[in-house]
Amino acid sequence: MEWIQNKLRKSFFIMSIIALFIIISLFMSLNMGVIRIAPMDVLKTIAGYGTEKQELVLFDFRLPRLIIALLIGAGLGVAGAILQGVAQNELADPGILGINAGAGFAVVLFIFFFQGSTASLGMLSIFVMPFFAFIGAFVAAFFIYILAWKKGVTPTRLILVGIGINAAFAAALIIFQLKMNPNDFMQAAIWLSGSIWGTNWKFVLATLPWVILLIPLTLYKARYLNVLNLGDSLATGLGADVERERRILLLIAVGLSGSCVAVGGGIAFLGLVAPHIARMLVGPKHQFLIPASALVGAFILIIADMIGRNLLAPSEIPVGIVVSVLGAPYFIYLLMRTN
Amino acid sequence: MITRELNIRSSSTQNDEDIKVTTRPFVASFILIGGVFLLLLGIGASISVGAVDIHLKTVWEAVFHFNPELTNHQIIQELRMPRAIAAALIGAFLAVSGAIMQGMTRNPLASPSIMGVTEGSAFMIAIAFAFFPGTTYLGLLIWSFVGAGIGASLVYTIGSFSKGGLSPVKLALAGTAVSALLSAISSAIAIHYHVAQDISFWYAGGVAGAKWVSVQLIIPVAVIGLLLAFIMARSFTVLSLGEEVAKGLGQRTIIVKAVGTIIVLLLTGAAVSVAGSVGFIGLVIPHITRFLVGLDYRLIIPCSAILGGLLLVLADIGARMVNPPFETPVGAITAMIGVPFFLYLARSERRGL
Repeated sequence: MEWIQNKLRKSFFIMSIIALFIIISLFMSLNMGVIRIAPMDVLKTIAGYGTEKQELVLFDFRLPRLIIALLIGAGLGVAGAILQGVAQNELADPGILGINAGAGFAVVLFIFFFQGSTASLGMLSIFVMPFFAFIGAFVAAFFIYILAWKKGVTPTRLILVGIGINAAFAAALIIFQLKMNPNDFMQAAIWLSGSIWGTNWKFVLATLPWVILLIPLTLYKARYLNVLNLGDSLATGLGADVERERRILLLIAVGLSGSCVAVGGGIAFLGLVAPHIARMLVGPKHQFLIPASALVGAFILIIADMIGRNLLAPSEIPVGIVVSVLGAPYFIYLLMRTN
Repeated sequence: MITRELNIRSSSTQNDEDIKVTTRPFVASFILIGGVFLLLLGIGASISVGAVDIHLKTVWEAVFHFNPELTNHQIIQELRMPRAIAAALIGAFLAVSGAIMQGMTRNPLASPSIMGVTEGSAFMIAIAFAFFPGTTYLGLLIWSFVGAGIGASLVYTIGSFSKGGLSPVKLALAGTAVSALLSAISSAIAIHYHVAQDISFWYAGGVAGAKWVSVQLIIPVAVIGLLLAFIMARSFTVLSLGEEVAKGLGQRTIIVKAVGTIIVLLLTGAAVSVAGSVGFIGLVIPHITRFLVGLDYRLIIPCSAILGGLLLVLADIGARMVNPPFETPVGAITAMIGVPFFLYLARSERRGL
């Protein structure tokens, strides 16, 4: 009993430290940008004593963007943790498995065929878009699951099939992309490489319900993830309906990555790296691993967004590219290490 | 169907087990003769189909009795002929390098499209477009050639040095990761310097932009690469039985692998530099060829060359017919054929060759 108490206390301690880091990085990120606002002025503006311009920059541009980064980072981190648990493979990630590609394809179709252009996104379409992304992600996941199914789903087959599905969506995307005019093409290219482009409160409202609902649901299901990690036969012996729980968890992961892709584009590797770091910090128990993955994911994305906005300012590197450049080497390292 | 069996007695195996390599020379000669005929027909069709349909008779005249006064003859000589010939050659390159990769690594998923070749090449092209805007067409070809080499070597090195060796999954994942890394960097360059669409057109353009310069560049590669591949074919057959067996039979596997790698880099580099991202030919064709002619690389290599050329010529015709007068990226068409095949291979339990 005491051991569990210790473990609990230690995990809470680590998670509060990450949360502290997130708050610090949020604060730093609010300062930085094309228009610099000194830390004291940020505090003043938040307290309500700032100039009109400072209020505009902070409340209408930077703050919604950072909150979106927070939500997406948390969502993708948890989605990755679920997928790694379900696939029993530490190399699983919504980007590598092709779920992001499916969502991305659906969103590109939606924007360019129903909307005409990105400029005229109305209130309604902002809220409809995550649903489209969800459908795309769901279709991709469905195909991956069905095609990997052969008297059960082995992790290897799941990943190989995912790579194939990814290639198929990429080919379909390039066909539509080359038909666009140069401006839309640029938009699509930036968005597909992962970019927080919706920087107003509407996008926050569109993402929030998904993340707020699905992360607690994942926490509730965490014990099934623990049991699944013991292997299918043991899990069945312990009384879990393995295939049913696996499908529900997959569906949650699809919902999370779909809604995140709708706002943040195809951010790859975040869902891979965040659970890994979280596992190193709090261990493999999913009750701790899931909130920790959410926190680590959010932290990484805020930092990546900060780098992307400021490194080559005034031009902005899409945040997904920053995450890929940081995450791909880590993935390669893991790949070389695992058997 | 007449099946010949080559019996190779392996000295390395203790129990004197005979290793049987099934070959079907009759099927192979049928493919070679029929394939060459179909390929010529395909090239003819490829020259006559397009935004302006030109009669086959005019094609014949333009080739053998060229008259510079006629527009159609000009179109044929300047645009359609290099395009058709490039398609045939590049299809052959991709198929042969896929066959060699699969044979050398005994890995059914090894192929140029999953080895980071395209992204490596796109990476160098991005650098060329961004930092050396005046680069000539020939210069771009050379840049992308180098990039293709870098991409493939990275993937191969990561795969080989990882714990547990170069398994199909490792190779596919290493390819995905390296591709993601390289394309992330090239997207950053492309977005910062506003050259994104130029690069995409170069890459998705397929053989549409092929000119005589490109054909001239790849013909020496064709002669050297394909000839070397054919000369080495016997060694590849032995190597494809497994490294232990090959060593036991007295083969210096390191030399064979080195030469094989050089051939692969030469062929894929040339292919990608001209046609950009044309995926899955190098994956699909060697499997089909192996299924048809057996496991002897002396037959596999020439037959895959013919079938690969034929497939790309046909896919290129398809690219023009899907949505005229616009061109559909030929890479998308080959992916539509290739992805189901890839999925089939991923599902099949037999992962060794």
